[in-house]
Amino acid sequence: MSTLLTLSLNKMPRRTLADLSRHERATVLSVLDDGPAADRLRELGLCRGTEVVFDRQAPFGGPIIFKLRGYRLCLRPSEARRVAVEASAD
Amino acid sequence: MPAPEARRARRIALLGSPNSGKTTLFNALTGLRAKTGNYPGVTVDRRHGLAATPEGPVEVIDLPGTYSLQAISEDEAVSVRVLRGEMAGEPQPDGIVVVADATTLQRSLPLLAEAMQFGLPTCLALTMVDELKARGGEIDLFALRRELGIPVLGVVGHKGIGVADLRDRLGEPGNWEQPPLAPAVDTQDRFAWADKVLSLATRSQPQDSALTQRLDSVLLHPVGGAVVFLAFVVLFFQSIFSWAAPAMDFLSGGVEGLADWLAISLAPGWLASLLVDGVVRGVGAVVVFLPQIALLFTLIFFFEACGYMARAAFLMDRLMGWVGLEGRCFIALLSSYACAVPGILATRTIPSPRDRLATILVAPLTTCSARLPVYALLVTAFVPDDPVLGPLRLPGLALFALYLLGAASALVFAAIFKRGLLRGAALPFYLELPPYRFPSIQTVAVQVWQRLKMFLRRAGTVILAASVILWALLNFPRVEAAPGVSASQLGQQQIEQSYAADIGRAIEPVIAPMGWDWRIGIGLVGSIAAREVIVSTMAQVYAYEGGDEDTAGFAELLRRPDPETGVAPLDLAGALALLVFFVYALQCISTIAVIRREAGGWRYAVFAVAYQTGFAFLAAWLTHAIVAG
Repeated sequence: MSTLLTLSLNKMPRRTLADLSRHERATVLSVLDDGPAADRLRELGLCRGTEVVFDRQAPFGGPIIFKLRGYRLCLRPSEARRVAVEASAD
Repeated sequence: MPAPEARRARRIALLGSPNSGKTTLFNALTGLRAKTGNYPGVTVDRRHGLAATPEGPVEVIDLPGTYSLQAISEDEAVSVRVLRGEMAGEPQPDGIVVVADATTLQRSLPLLAEAMQFGLPTCLALTMVDELKARGGEIDLFALRRELGIPVLGVVGHKGIGVADLRDRLGEPGNWEQPPLAPAVDTQDRFAWADKVLSLATRSQPQDSALTQRLDSVLLHPVGGAVVFLAFVVLFFQSIFSWAAPAMDFLSGGVEGLADWLAISLAPGWLASLLVDGVVRGVGAVVVFLPQIALLFTLIFFFEACGYMARAAFLMDRLMGWVGLEGRCFIALLSSYACAVPGILATRTIPSPRDRLATILVAPLTTCSARLPVYALLVTAFVPDDPVLGPLRLPGLALFALYLLGAASALVFAAIFKRGLLRGAALPFYLELPPYRFPSIQTVAVQVWQRLKMFLRRAGTVILAASVILWALLNFPRVEAAPGVSASQLGQQQIEQSYAADIGRAIEPVIAPMGWDWRIGIGLVGSIAAREVIVSTMAQVYAYEGGDEDTAGFAELLRRPDPETGVAPLDLAGALALLVFFVYALQCISTIAVIRREAGGWRYAVFAVAYQTGFAFLAAWLTHAIVAG
């Protein structure tokens, strides 16, 4: 609901990993900033073209588990927001 | 064949990400003859061992688990320096074996591309090939070898499959095929390279582990997961306090037996006293924690290898995030309930140096089991056994409150450190959730044994020295036995005239505001070595003749007014102040030594002692002031 509202108000803002809903699949566009932290997210496989599935989130805004590249990676929402994604082609 | 004496032993580095099965492979290659230590100057585990190859022994270096060689942590920086040959006193390795989990090659193959930048002979060891097959995946090893241009071997470390093949190759890295061109450097390009190689070599992708999906749907469920997690924490406590108890009783019985036997066999005198009280009882007081520490590490390494520790970190991350720490710090703090030493060693899994340091600095505030004898004595003596609600009684609640005070204080101090001293650019929080696996018992056993060796070595050095010094303070200058004086009276006289008593009297003006006299001061001097020593020291000071087991009798003695002065050794305000003091004060030489080692310098150890003991005096003074009115 709130995601849809933001979408219509801000003429297509970037979607990030944190905006996905449960079991939703998306493709990574880019990690939004530079620096060692962003480099590390890329090193973990979050680089352009990688398919990511939102698996589950811990309660109370806790960390999120993503499935990508055959493994499960857990990120906090603050890190997930740094990864821009688009809807997967299929 | 070159003459064996003409060449030095080859050195091969094992490089791989965490959870890649690197440790198991290392154990399989080197047998159980590995040496563990630290790299000079940094607190990163250094494991190396010899593998017997047809060309003679080869030194295998187990590098810390690494996701990338663009180092952001100390562990990763060490790996890079070793591979470049920049570690002092260590030549560059002759070859690199990249260890990669066959089920997650899409993630781990780019690390191989980074390793190939060093220009050293490189080979790829694919672990978990049995699991890959079980999950319906298949990789064409020949195609993979053709595309990579380097040797590729499939291994199952704990079953020994493929290990002999790999070992046979370690002696001659010069003969390994090398690609004409190293892959690209850029991250995006390396992942693209890995995807291209895998598209040519993968026959079928492995399915997501069905077991992992099923277990996670329960263990990570918002309600079910919390219930299981609580049960896990209870199991942890139960094992620390109940299951280890028989073995600990057995050991302390053995220590007492040895002490008694020595006391009878040796001629009475200061030498016998040094051996019995200084060496055997002093070191023994620490060694009795061995079963507890062994059990604790077995649980930690077992659940770590199963994959549950990562889930526990996932579940606790939100809570730990409030105080500026992360999920993995919770495991270290939980371990500290047995003993801060294993807790501080467990901080090695925390990637962020600041989080790790904050956890190390607050770990001694959690209620370790050495505090329990002190709490038990003082609570029994001063808290009335009144029912509160149902089966709950006041002493139990008081004990619970002391545990809670320790835990809450650890979190508050962690928050203070993270917002103050240790503020700075945060590393991203990331945590891999490996598939659930049944751990290799051998790998767990080796890891536990290494930790125990570390603990025993400290007991034989630092603890031995400290308990001998403490013994000297309590036993010199010597008091001569007068006729008709019983042994316990002589013991009391000895302590009253010792250097420790001088120190106790000297600090009496400082501790008097907390309601403590110089005799408590002696106990405090004794407790610098280890907290529980205060109980036995005070038993000596007050010439209490009951056994260690009889807490109630000694507690009674502490409350009873002195027949001459009419003043009891301790009143309620003084006892509560002493309890609060023990919640905060860092009085444990083992912990101080391990902080110095793990945090990387005396300044952290000195800081930990200063802030904890300083706060302990402040809190004890406040407690006494409030209770005494």
